[in-house]
Amino acid sequence: MKRAFCLFAFTLVLWNCSEDEVGYEPTPYQLEIPEIFADNIIAPIIPTTNPLTEEGVALGKRLFFDPILSDDGSMACASCHMPQSTFTDNLERSIGIDGLSGPRNSMPLFNLAWNYNERFNWDGKALSLETQAIEPVENPLELHSDWTEVIERLQNHPEYPELFRLAFKTSTISIELTTKSIAQFERTLISANSKFDRYSLGLTSLTPQELNGLDIFLREDKGDCFHCHGNPNNPLWTDNDFHNNGLDETFSDLGLGAVTGDPNDNGKFRTPSLRNLQFSPPYMHDGRFETLDEVIDFYSEGLQNSSTIDPLMKNVSQGGVQLSDSDKADLRAFLLTLSDPSFISNPDFQN
Amino acid sequence: MKRLLITLMIIASISYSCSDDDSRPSSANVNFVFSHTWDDVSIDNDNLNTINVTNENGELLDFTRIRYLISRFEFTNIEDGTSFLFNGYKFTDLSQTSTYNFSADNNTIPTGRYRLRFVWGFNEADNIDGAYLDLNSASWNWPAPLGGGYHFLQMDGQYNIDSTPSNYNFHNGTARFSENPPVYEQNFKVIDFYEIIEVNDNTSVEVIMNISEFFKNPHRWDLNILDTPLMPNYEAQKMMQDNVETVFSLGEITQN
Repeated sequence: MKRAFCLFAFTLVLWNCSEDEVGYEPTPYQLEIPEIFADNIIAPIIPTTNPLTEEGVALGKRLFFDPILSDDGSMACASCHMPQSTFTDNLERSIGIDGLSGPRNSMPLFNLAWNYNERFNWDGKALSLETQAIEPVENPLELHSDWTEVIERLQNHPEYPELFRLAFKTSTISIELTTKSIAQFERTLISANSKFDRYSLGLTSLTPQELNGLDIFLREDKGDCFHCHGNPNNPLWTDNDFHNNGLDETFSDLGLGAVTGDPNDNGKFRTPSLRNLQFSPPYMHDGRFETLDEVIDFYSEGLQNSSTIDPLMKNVSQGGVQLSDSDKADLRAFLLTLSDPSFISNPDFQN
Repeated sequence: MKRLLITLMIIASISYSCSDDDSRPSSANVNFVFSHTWDDVSIDNDNLNTINVTNENGELLDFTRIRYLISRFEFTNIEDGTSFLFNGYKFTDLSQTSTYNFSADNNTIPTGRYRLRFVWGFNEADNIDGAYLDLNSASWNWPAPLGGGYHFLQMDGQYNIDSTPSNYNFHNGTARFSENPPVYEQNFKVIDFYEIIEVNDNTSVEVIMNISEFFKNPHRWDLNILDTPLMPNYEAQKMMQDNVETVFSLGEITQN
């Protein structure tokens, strides 16, 4: 009798185990670190609690493009983060499923695993890529959905439970696993093949105008762009830090200040990368500038003073760094060398 | 019997020697703890962005950020002149308390009496453009048109905050003597401490950085004239090199 009971218990254990796939392991995803990154900057941040797997990345990609996350099935993450626009949407401020626009411009998505501070969004509110993916699903100005319903829809879907099982060894879908997979996909979005990258690797040359633009970028007495936007030794082209760059005298959007509650952070927003500017207009956290020329004019003559303006902003009382027309043209030419057409056409990143 | 007696005496002698050695280890770890002040007032991540101070020239100023680089920590034994060079460098961001302390991976040295020196910034051999991935990742580079390498100091804020606030960018690194043709001058400084540091056991050495000295000694700094841009200003760079000499002093030395 005792032996029969043991056999029954053993069978029960095996049955339960098969539900959560004992013995099966997802395939580790080999994130290819571009040479220009490996040569210059430290390794990307991959949380030990969410290692990349082939199945996890594939699931994340499918979820990223699937409108199932929105309340009415009309929009996906990719609606505001389109691959052909370097994963932004080219709108001043993004429009959600109810036709209402949010307060901010959609941020481009690339090289996110190299954000060492792990503060995401314009205001640094999200403290990891995983947590970043939570909020837009329920935000009434974005996907305006309900996570409980989203999980129910995914759980009842003919394919998703199996995709989750392959990615996470369980077909029981949760918010945590959903956002983990989206974060995995986002970490694979790497852009490192611009003309300037190839120049840094000795594979091409820059024109005299582009080289002069780089000089303006690097000169403290000219553009002084490098303190916030990196340099040839930091190919991220952002410090991923938060600055008040002098857009306004008073703030309708407090940015980081609304997150930290510290008035010294009012008007500070995360420095965006200068990569792929060609594909990501309009610019700034509220998309106020339609063209790159407007941005350069702003830093040259349009700065507004305020209590938290970053001291790195030069000549604020004169409006900015006062570049000549030819300097502006050269700086623009250099900035466009940071664009990476192969990124927006990468088949791995298309729906 | 005589042989046994001699053997016992030798054993006793060795035992005595061993017990004597046990009371003082032959080697110990040395770690550095940095604290930052404006004269007698402590500055750390809590008050970095709120404290207002007055410099020697009378300007009331504040800080947005202070970051700096120190390298080549070296202990020299005052008895026999033996030197121990600690690996690595110390990149400090005053907004991050985790960067205040420094422990080299080769921080175990023989016990003894030492003097400390370190290098402000990188010396010429170490100041290699783009060579340090962690510093690149922190955008700590000094632009190639100014000689390349790395910043030694980045101190940003506003001055005359009680009247007409203006920005200052007190940045230090390689000095460019001439732009065309480009002539660069290394701008590091060896900081020597003359106090004797006794290392009898694991030792913690406090180094105090008095930020006010950057504006004081030997050059009284007038921010109304020298605020920004200072990186391409050769004279300003050399004045910073002079003024850093008195910025650091030794604080408490503790053994445990």
